[in-house]
Amino acid sequence: MIAGGDVEQFGKTDFEQLKNELLTMGGYVEKALEEATQALIQRDASRLENPERLEKEINRSHVLIDKHCLNLLAKLSPFATDLRRILASIKINSDLERMGDLAVNVSRNVKFYLTHKELPVDKDFLLLISEVRWMVKNVLDAFVSEDENKAEEVLKRDDVVDSLRHKINDFVRQIMKQDSTAVDSGVDFIFIAKNLERMGDHATNIAEDIIFILSGDDIRHGGLVNEKP
Amino acid sequence: MTNLVEVNNLKAWIGEQQILKGISLSVQHNDVLAIIGPSGCGKSTFIRCLNRLHEEIIGARVEGEVKILNENIYGSTVDPVRVRRQIGMVFQKPNPFPSLSIYDNVAIGLKLAGIRRKSALDEVVERSLKQAALWDEVKDKLRMPGTSLSGGQQQRLCIARALAVNPPILLMDEPTSALDPISKAKIETLLQDLKRYVTIIMVTHNMQQASRVSSKTAFFLLGELIEFGPTEQIFTQPKAKLTEDYITGRFG
Repeated sequence: MIAGGDVEQFGKTDFEQLKNELLTMGGYVEKALEEATQALIQRDASRLENPERLEKEINRSHVLIDKHCLNLLAKLSPFATDLRRILASIKINSDLERMGDLAVNVSRNVKFYLTHKELPVDKDFLLLISEVRWMVKNVLDAFVSEDENKAEEVLKRDDVVDSLRHKINDFVRQIMKQDSTAVDSGVDFIFIAKNLERMGDHATNIAEDIIFILSGDDIRHGGLVNEKP
Repeated sequence: MTNLVEVNNLKAWIGEQQILKGISLSVQHNDVLAIIGPSGCGKSTFIRCLNRLHEEIIGARVEGEVKILNENIYGSTVDPVRVRRQIGMVFQKPNPFPSLSIYDNVAIGLKLAGIRRKSALDEVVERSLKQAALWDEVKDKLRMPGTSLSGGQQQRLCIARALAVNPPILLMDEPTSALDPISKAKIETLLQDLKRYVTIIMVTHNMQQASRVSSKTAFFLLGELIEFGPTEQIFTQPKAKLTEDYITGRFG
């Protein structure tokens, strides 16, 4: 027999370890987002320390994963899927790190907001939170299960999140026009929505990287790289 | 663009054993084609069929067509010695003629072809050694034996010898596998330069080398051509699962 499982692939455990490290980091991001947004919904400031604590773990993972990828490049001189996997892991690592920062931003925005006048967290705001959390959770699931369809589902939600953010901005602007005492809270809301939407953008970047690992297709910017100049 | 080399349904045997099972591919001017594949896949046999060296083995047989510059080198009127003289091959271990000087190692092909005029020979020796990036290192000791050079220099001398007859293609069978990393790097740099003058077809076991120096790559397995395409595509996004498995080290 020529191809197949007779020979253990050199570096296979390294790739499994890399995947686990990224998933652990993704888990921290997911948790940081959950804590920051639940603090908003439940007006519970006690949860706001968690994102800051988790960010330290995220930063530790960030450095560790880059180091691991560097070692793998040097050790394996990889090709094909292995090469794409390492390149994409470096990018996913960077996206997750930014998502950690953004979760902390949300947490700080919420902290300010909780000292300001209370505004209604309306259904669009709740929907934005649940959509972004869905994107983060599912992009990590797509990464674990190497599921291209799931990654594509995540990509489709980006437009939904963008449009929700615009709706929230309009809604908050109206409130601020009518009630000058709500301006501080309104600005907090605009920032929270912006940071959540940015997290969704990073989740779509990761979804694109997953598709790149699995198919080799670079679909970023509408597949620009495949177009003739 | 017309093809410089066109191989159609090439089959090769040694005795009863079929080594190549119907290979078809074409190579254009100034391509550097890397042939990769596990040991015994037929890579070396394939390039040995491109200058009719394979049939020198007892019991060897070839079927199919190999057109070089539109001439089928297996045509009934073609003299295999002329083909071999025109299409040089560089082997794994440098093999300069031990009794000949550096100069004569390069000039031998022309001398055998009947060229005697010293100025013509001088000119070709200098050009070939320059193309092989060896001239500066040997220009003051051209009468020394070829074997007095280091391994890497000897290999470049063999490349110069092959280039001296102005071949349309240069065949190389693992040309750097016996060399140290510095000599290897020098030959790889040289190949980048040489492709301006000559089309190169090389067998290599070194995947990094194939990805660095070649413009096209062909993956052979068990005497069959599994995948053939631009090197960049083969090494980043191979189409065949077998290619993917081989280049990522799952077998071979």
